[in-house]
Amino acid sequence: MSQSFNATRRGFLGFAAGAGALMAAGPGATAAPAPIDTKARIVVLGAGAAGTALANRLSRRLNGATITIIDPRKEHWYQPGFSLIAAGLKPAKYSVSQTGDWLPKDITWIAERAAEIDPDGNKVMTESGKTVPYDFLVLATGLVLNYGAIEGFEMDMIGKNGIGSLYAGPDYAAKTWEAAGRYTEDGGVGIFTRPATEMKCAGAPLKHTFLIDDIARKSGTTKLDINYMAHNKGLFGVPIISEKLRMLFGQREITPHYSHVLKSVDAGKKMATFATENGDAEMPYDYLHIVPPQQAPDVVRNSALTDPGSWGGRGWATVDKHTLRHNFFDNVFAVGDIAGVPKGKTAASAKWQVPVVEEHLIAQIAGTKSDASYNGYTSCPLITRVGRAMLIEFDYNNDLTPSFPGVIAPLEELWISWLMKEVALKATYNAMIRGDA
Amino acid sequence: MKELTFGTLIAVFEEIFGPTLFWVMVIVAAVITLAYFYVLIRDRAVSWRKFLRAQLSMPFGAVIAVIFVQKMTHSNFSDIGGPIDLIILLGIAVMGAVGAAILVYTFDALFLQKPGKQSE
Repeated sequence: MSQSFNATRRGFLGFAAGAGALMAAGPGATAAPAPIDTKARIVVLGAGAAGTALANRLSRRLNGATITIIDPRKEHWYQPGFSLIAAGLKPAKYSVSQTGDWLPKDITWIAERAAEIDPDGNKVMTESGKTVPYDFLVLATGLVLNYGAIEGFEMDMIGKNGIGSLYAGPDYAAKTWEAAGRYTEDGGVGIFTRPATEMKCAGAPLKHTFLIDDIARKSGTTKLDINYMAHNKGLFGVPIISEKLRMLFGQREITPHYSHVLKSVDAGKKMATFATENGDAEMPYDYLHIVPPQQAPDVVRNSALTDPGSWGGRGWATVDKHTLRHNFFDNVFAVGDIAGVPKGKTAASAKWQVPVVEEHLIAQIAGTKSDASYNGYTSCPLITRVGRAMLIEFDYNNDLTPSFPGVIAPLEELWISWLMKEVALKATYNAMIRGDA
Repeated sequence: MKELTFGTLIAVFEEIFGPTLFWVMVIVAAVITLAYFYVLIRDRAVSWRKFLRAQLSMPFGAVIAVIFVQKMTHSNFSDIGGPIDLIILLGIAVMGAVGAAILVYTFDALFLQKPGKQSE
């Protein structure tokens, strides 16, 4: 007996030593390439997830470069957390940190809005009139939520009279829960919308629908009439996922309405009006979740960096969908939501886009070429109830691209996918914006 | 979610439990493990009576670990959706069981039964 225990103990000690070695080797295991000496002036517009991640990575790879990041927002928002805040699972502060805490020390942060871009003169003008010349420009402005396009809607309606809109920010997401939480207790007609434009995280309106349905049912609320308003004939841009969602809606008794786009809201009467193929349709609601149309910020939309004839004039930057380099200005790139590519307005996409822009930019500085290419990878832990999600990942071809094939099935509602969303995602996000992942 | 480095793993655990609770747990686990090795080296043998008693704590450790993780992640047994979920659940239970056994064994050896008193 004692002999066998000794063997076990040796094994255990060996395991411990191995773990120690892993610990020592872990973070520094991949050797970083030597920094490149350059005097290049690089301007990054926007200090969100994509801009911050890129600034961190560039400042490590370049020696002597002048990197300037322009963004007026003092707060950094962890936007994947908004769905959890709007379901009462996390407080508003869960998504809030300080922009300055994430930026590298050796760059310049101009805390102002960019007012104008002059890509022919290679310069950016800020709101206060400062001119910032550049050799390379990276657009990482994100997008703007066009709430003004919804008639009768005012921001201060969020959280009152059964109106929610989790996209508007951490505080609004918390207010959304005030309205949604009441609905989970009182029941009635719930209407969950999405816009007809390109949007960030097309899964979020669905997650909110599923979460509110789940919370209401678990708290014993009957009298639920939950409606999901799709902007076209599908529930999701990727056909196989759209079909899966159709089946889930069937099981959950959530009614899909196709080609219904929110047009106006009458908060007093609790009446929403939708543009449909057969003209306007009015629907009364007890809870209405609004996701507004989305477009590029004016500084890009009014610049020469977009093609006014494409994207319905919403102004996304005209870039190659694989290299993310501008089609006409070869010293300009776009990364994150602002990039005019068919897919990829999520933090997961930004994580995959940032290294591509980094490689092409550095190759251009070094006078070489890079074959780095973005394949449209997007991922979405699509929450279907509190405690379960589907980890769906796909690319430009609408192919599913599971990271853990055979282990985590993409179209199955799993606890592990929920754990990833609820606990692992923020940590990986933070690692990404620090430029570590 | 492709590159899972040790640093990311630490960050994930900090996220699950909050940095303070996580590092307190790491320190507590490290102290218990060190104490465990201390009694093994001190006694120069494993005491099978203590080991038997420690085994009794394993089911409790397993259950407590599972409930603790579920509480921390707003989850429930009904959320188990596939084989991988079951594997994760069992993994958490095994860790809880082993942790409890080590804890009870060490506690027993340090405070309840001094070496020499018990028969091997």
